[in-house]
Amino acid sequence: MKNQLCRMKNQLCRIKRQLWRTMVGMTSLLLTGVAAADELNLRVGVTDISRQVYDLHMTIFLICVAIGVLVFGVLFWSVFNHRKSKGVEAATFHESTKLELAWTIVPTLILIVMAVPATQVLVAMYDTGGEDMSIEVRGYQWKWQYKYLDDDYNNTLSFFSVMSTPRDEIYNQSVKGDNYLLQVDEHLRIPTNRKVRFLITAEDVIHAWWVPDFGIKRDAVPGMLNELWTVVEEPGIYRGQCTELCGKDHGFMPIVVEVLPEAEFDAWYASKVSSELVRQGSFGETLSHEELMAQGETVYSTYCASCHLANGEGVAPVFPAIAGSAVAMGPRDDHLNLVINGVAGTAMQAFGRQLDPAQLASVVHYQRHAFGNDAGDMSQPQDVINLSNGQ
Amino acid sequence: MSEVIHADHHDDHAHGPAKGLKRWLFTTNHKDIGTLYLWFSFAMFLVGGVLALVIRAELFQPGLQFVQPEFFNQMTTNHGLIMVFGAIMPAFVGLANWLIPMQVGAPDMALPRMNNLSFWILPFAFGMMISTLFMEGGGPNFGWTFYAPLSTTYAPPSVTYFIFAVHLMGASSIMGSINIIATILNMRAPGMTLMKMPMFVWTWLITAYLLIAVMPVLAGAVTMMLFDIHFDTSFFNAAGGGDPVMFQHIFWFFGHPEVYIMILPAFGIVSHIIPAFARKRLFGYTSMVYAVASIAFLSFIVWAHHMFTVGMPLAGQLFFMYSTMLIAVPTGVKVFNWIATMWRGSMTFETPMLFAIAFVVLFTMGGFSGLMLAITPVDYQYHDTYFVVAHFHYVLVPGALFSIIAAVYFWFPKWTGKMYDETLGKIHFWLSFVGVNVTFFPQHFSGLAGMPRRIPDYPLQFADFNMISSVGAFIFGLSQVFFLYVIIKSIRSGQPAADRSWEGAKGLEWTLPSPAPYHSFTHPPVVKDEEVLG
Repeated sequence: MKNQLCRMKNQLCRIKRQLWRTMVGMTSLLLTGVAAADELNLRVGVTDISRQVYDLHMTIFLICVAIGVLVFGVLFWSVFNHRKSKGVEAATFHESTKLELAWTIVPTLILIVMAVPATQVLVAMYDTGGEDMSIEVRGYQWKWQYKYLDDDYNNTLSFFSVMSTPRDEIYNQSVKGDNYLLQVDEHLRIPTNRKVRFLITAEDVIHAWWVPDFGIKRDAVPGMLNELWTVVEEPGIYRGQCTELCGKDHGFMPIVVEVLPEAEFDAWYASKVSSELVRQGSFGETLSHEELMAQGETVYSTYCASCHLANGEGVAPVFPAIAGSAVAMGPRDDHLNLVINGVAGTAMQAFGRQLDPAQLASVVHYQRHAFGNDAGDMSQPQDVINLSNGQ
Repeated sequence: MSEVIHADHHDDHAHGPAKGLKRWLFTTNHKDIGTLYLWFSFAMFLVGGVLALVIRAELFQPGLQFVQPEFFNQMTTNHGLIMVFGAIMPAFVGLANWLIPMQVGAPDMALPRMNNLSFWILPFAFGMMISTLFMEGGGPNFGWTFYAPLSTTYAPPSVTYFIFAVHLMGASSIMGSINIIATILNMRAPGMTLMKMPMFVWTWLITAYLLIAVMPVLAGAVTMMLFDIHFDTSFFNAAGGGDPVMFQHIFWFFGHPEVYIMILPAFGIVSHIIPAFARKRLFGYTSMVYAVASIAFLSFIVWAHHMFTVGMPLAGQLFFMYSTMLIAVPTGVKVFNWIATMWRGSMTFETPMLFAIAFVVLFTMGGFSGLMLAITPVDYQYHDTYFVVAHFHYVLVPGALFSIIAAVYFWFPKWTGKMYDETLGKIHFWLSFVGVNVTFFPQHFSGLAGMPRRIPDYPLQFADFNMISSVGAFIFGLSQVFFLYVIIKSIRSGQPAADRSWEGAKGLEWTLPSPAPYHSFTHPPVVKDEEVLG
């Protein structure tokens, strides 16, 4: 008897424990649900401005929800109660100046309540000036160029940032990586805790530069210089995408900003600038056919293949074929000139402003000796320099 | 006197429509032309819908499965252009043709021959625009907003056809508007003063003025594009001293009033349907008229809220933020008045009423996201993301489109003399309602999470929402094919309809027989307050 009681007690205890465990489990499940719900909402971000923007977003959103609950509440109350099927006779009232005034004035007051914080945040965003460093951001079809504006080094450090997600992943031939469509060959690097000013413009069509975690977005417009700034507190890698339709590969020109601790940034910047100076000093050297072809293929796949295709066939009539083209088989200097200066009024850009002499020479050499083309000549970096200098 | 003339020309007045194809080609009758407009817009709606389904099929999963990016861009562009200029706008003009003469007590539109011309331009305009999809280099691929220089220097060669098509659409809209204004101002039955006009007539009068004001601006913008492309001018080319941002100012000076062109007639329709099924007079008629006029005025001074990220001075940003927020006031007045009309009415929920109530609720949700978008500092985060896509689809699909569908069900018995099948109508409503929300509600989330618009492929974190959205789009698309079935079945075998087809329906059109006679009112009707004001 005693044993039985004991066993029952034990059983009860076990049930109680199980219940408790289930409850804890369900609560934690609910909590993860709420945490996952963060991805339903705007990102809080990592700058003072992005947090202000998030708070403003939540304020406006909650006011809208409150108004919605109230208005829809009245509407649905009416829908459920004022039905003919419930024997309701229609009332005959059809106007009330007092009501009309009330629902004109009250919303106006609510709007004023919204406008005050909105104005404050906007004014804070327009607090440009007093920057510690400036970076020029230039949009191209379909890549970004970053130039560190630095008088000490004659703005030497400048590079392109091109999406590095392999085509295989896009065409579902291999498994998509973690940062699918959000990875680039070279990150834009900035330091923490310094006010960085971005001067934003574009070379061809309008693009837009956006880093959600910084709470900043601005259109990159050809012929116009827009200004943005940020101070990031947390080191890390922050990703965004172009947000203005800019043609075929609009979806494939991500923005990746790597924020480094100040000392680390300074070290990286110094070494980057010095290696760039060394590289620029080497343009007088003569390269072999193999070297030119190897470098040329890399340049071609990064800068040319998105329009003229990897096999050089192009997409007629906007993007002509290079395979078997009159230009690739014609005089070398005409070919170099075309690549350096572009073709006005078409989508062919002036690559002289994007590529260095070694890249230009090698890509032209590659085009003249790939896809079945066989021009049989050589293009050297020095030729590009001579052409650019008008010799 | 008129009796005498009537007797003399008795034969002319008694003739019915011509037979066969000639009836439709040469017709000057407002009902025939209204029918042409409505079927044309439905055809365009299906074409635009197929393009939308291509988009949603591609976005069902990350990666490129069905189409290439350059074709995807043609799909988004043509979907937008066809839905705006080919589906929504002509549908409203079709409704105006059918209803305005009947509602003001007139025999026909004021300018019947121009009426024929303004319709018959449209099939050619859209034939030309859609044909560009099959040309070398493809069709327009620069978004329905066709921002320069993507639409000029960098456009496919077919852009010239697109420019000509836009010119034709503009000419058609302007002619249609002149006709509507002339009809409303000159052909109202004696006793119908401006402040006794039905709300649909009021909203269309104001819409027609908006069209006349902004369509020439659009024509100017595309003409400047034409010159930039073919005659080496530099209106929008920075390298020649032009300004791409100027294009956006001009475009949105047209574009924002255009947005209200697509919603004001919807306000009018809903203001007829809710009182009819609440069996109660429209609440606050006067303030409804003033609210529409205020919205129309404000629509001219808010355009740059589409351009907050373009880089404007602080004062400009503040002006456009405040003026945009102000639109919430007259829009709110309208919503409150509709709810006050329903309040203590004696409601029934036939298909038109269901669509009208869904309109009020879902349009208001689009209004809320619109208010959020008006707040400049947070707009920087929302701009050109799916949050914007969700916003404008909420005001255009369960907004403008639902009002058109509601109008078709509501006036169907008057047009055809037959009732539609109520059960099928309700099935159509619930399928559409579920479809539209499953499609567009998740897009708020993907937008807030950071997914840009107009991309053929997206990072993995947006996958779930896109999949849901695509499923919803196919539900919605198929339910509109079902709509076609409901309509055809009802035309063929619907029950005969009463002259006043709805118990609570008020207005001169319901005093006519069903179906309405070919020449609506050959004698001006007597305008009684209890009929026209409800």
